[in-house]
Amino acid sequence: MGKKLATRQAYGETLVEIGEDKRIIVLDADLSKSTNTDKFKKVFPERHFNMGIAESNMMSVAAGLATTGKIVFASSFAMFASARALEQIRNSIAYPRLNVKVCASHAGITVGEDGASHQCIEDIAFMRAIPGMIILNPCDDDTTRKAIKAVYEYNGPCYVRLGRLTVDPVYDESVDFEIGKSILIKDGKDVTVIATGIMVQEAVKAEKILQKEGISVRLIDMHTIKPIDKEAIIKASNDTGKIVTCEEHNIIGGLGSAVSEVVCENAPCMVKKVGIKDKFGKSGTPAELMKKYEITADDIVKSVKEICGR
Amino acid sequence: MIDHNQEKELKIIASRMRKHIIESVYSAKSGHPGGSLSCTEIIASIYFNLINVDPENPKWEDRDRFVLSKGHCAPALYAALAIKGFFPEEDIKTLRKIDSYLEGHPNMNSVPGVDMSTGSLGQGISAAVGMALGAKVDGKQYRVYALLGDGELQEGQVWEAAMSAAHYRLDNLIAFVDYNGLQIDGKITDVMSPVPIDEKFRAFGWDVKTIDGHDFKQIIATVENRIKETEKADIKKPFAIICETVKGKGISFMEGKAEWHGTAPKEEQKNMAIKEIEDRIKELEGC
Repeated sequence: MGKKLATRQAYGETLVEIGEDKRIIVLDADLSKSTNTDKFKKVFPERHFNMGIAESNMMSVAAGLATTGKIVFASSFAMFASARALEQIRNSIAYPRLNVKVCASHAGITVGEDGASHQCIEDIAFMRAIPGMIILNPCDDDTTRKAIKAVYEYNGPCYVRLGRLTVDPVYDESVDFEIGKSILIKDGKDVTVIATGIMVQEAVKAEKILQKEGISVRLIDMHTIKPIDKEAIIKASNDTGKIVTCEEHNIIGGLGSAVSEVVCENAPCMVKKVGIKDKFGKSGTPAELMKKYEITADDIVKSVKEICGR
Repeated sequence: MIDHNQEKELKIIASRMRKHIIESVYSAKSGHPGGSLSCTEIIASIYFNLINVDPENPKWEDRDRFVLSKGHCAPALYAALAIKGFFPEEDIKTLRKIDSYLEGHPNMNSVPGVDMSTGSLGQGISAAVGMALGAKVDGKQYRVYALLGDGELQEGQVWEAAMSAAHYRLDNLIAFVDYNGLQIDGKITDVMSPVPIDEKFRAFGWDVKTIDGHDFKQIIATVENRIKETEKADIKKPFAIICETVKGKGISFMEGKAEWHGTAPKEEQKNMAIKEIEDRIKELEGC
């Protein structure tokens, strides 16, 4: 069982854990205290390089390092990693299939007070459109540690979405983690809720409320956005006939879109998306923002009731 | 230093490369002859004198690296790699064709001898910085050579890369700039001037030398002297060689013309160009 911790902290600690492997190089763009790569720097300073506020160069340097046999972890905020350096990730890293792990922290609106310029709600969409990109969005301490170890063992380009906010552990006991294989948190028969990242915690809260109201929810942690777990989605559609997706991301291009694509082509059913409704964020506390942009447990409850005709 | 005979051999190789460039771009009906012809001597110097690579073992860990940051000049790189023996010379004519492994821009996963996939300007030099940094981390002695276009210097990422190379004291990195003065839309100084190029690199912490980019003696001596200097003194700086060149060099009707940046020759033009090159080879072999 994990601790109450931000996923970015779990990332930093895991880097130290796997850091004895001399092939690992960590790059950061002047945010190492925030992304938590400073933890690796303290233990392995000779393999941590600060690339300054120059994310584009950082991604292509990461690619060059990877050609020499290195396993490169490159970190910045999701905004600057996935958007500023999008074309470098596409052309320098993904196209040549180089072994670089872009681990982007401060994703979504729960960045909070920094406001819309720093609240990346598009990164999953950007990364999903790149051929062959692996995209992970773990929800808590334990699954983040496993996600980082999984991308370390996987040979090829990966994007890991990490959050700023301290979050509760979701799992009481250790769960199996495999890239592309979702985790069934709880089975149910009326509706399936598929959540990713820190929305898993909200979905868990929503499920408890819905259970009291007599709605049986199948709850899935979709930690891998790409390749998406088609089998679990098709089964959810066939078994429950209704799906609600939950993501701290624009409802265009993210988890909801990925699930809808699978559903449309394989097992049509109604899909409702809980997420940011194609709007920019603003300054505020994470809790205030989640309420304002309608991505709380209550919003999930509301969507589930709507789709169930209740 | 190279002697007269070595220089003659290199000149013949350069002419053979030019023939491949013209024939491949003609066969593809598209591509970039102008810049490929301006950097021919630079790439020939690298592959046939300076670089330590093994065509039998293209991924050899301790090899020197070359990154064609101006990836659109793939025809020149492919010509050098084929003549060097990385793949058959007859394959060059398949450039840009649907079943060919010779992409319009270099692909490290399909073309033997290509160290980095490039094409999007500004990114190759950063990858070269990563390779040079990798050598330092591992305590390896290999060098990394990169070739930039002068128009490419308009990409901001080039200067991010330049800053990081100097910051990490990458004396194992040597970047050539193919200073032919022209880009697609015209003169670089009219489109968006990057001059003075030498002073910019110096300001970013590099050592710089400007030479004639078609003179084998100068190109090779400049690199050899630099390597000697860095072995003797504690310099620890990356090195930029600004190569003054002529776009379309070696084909009289293409020289100095921006319109040959990305245009394939028609059959008659191709035949004229090939004749010019073949006459030069005969002349060189005769002397």
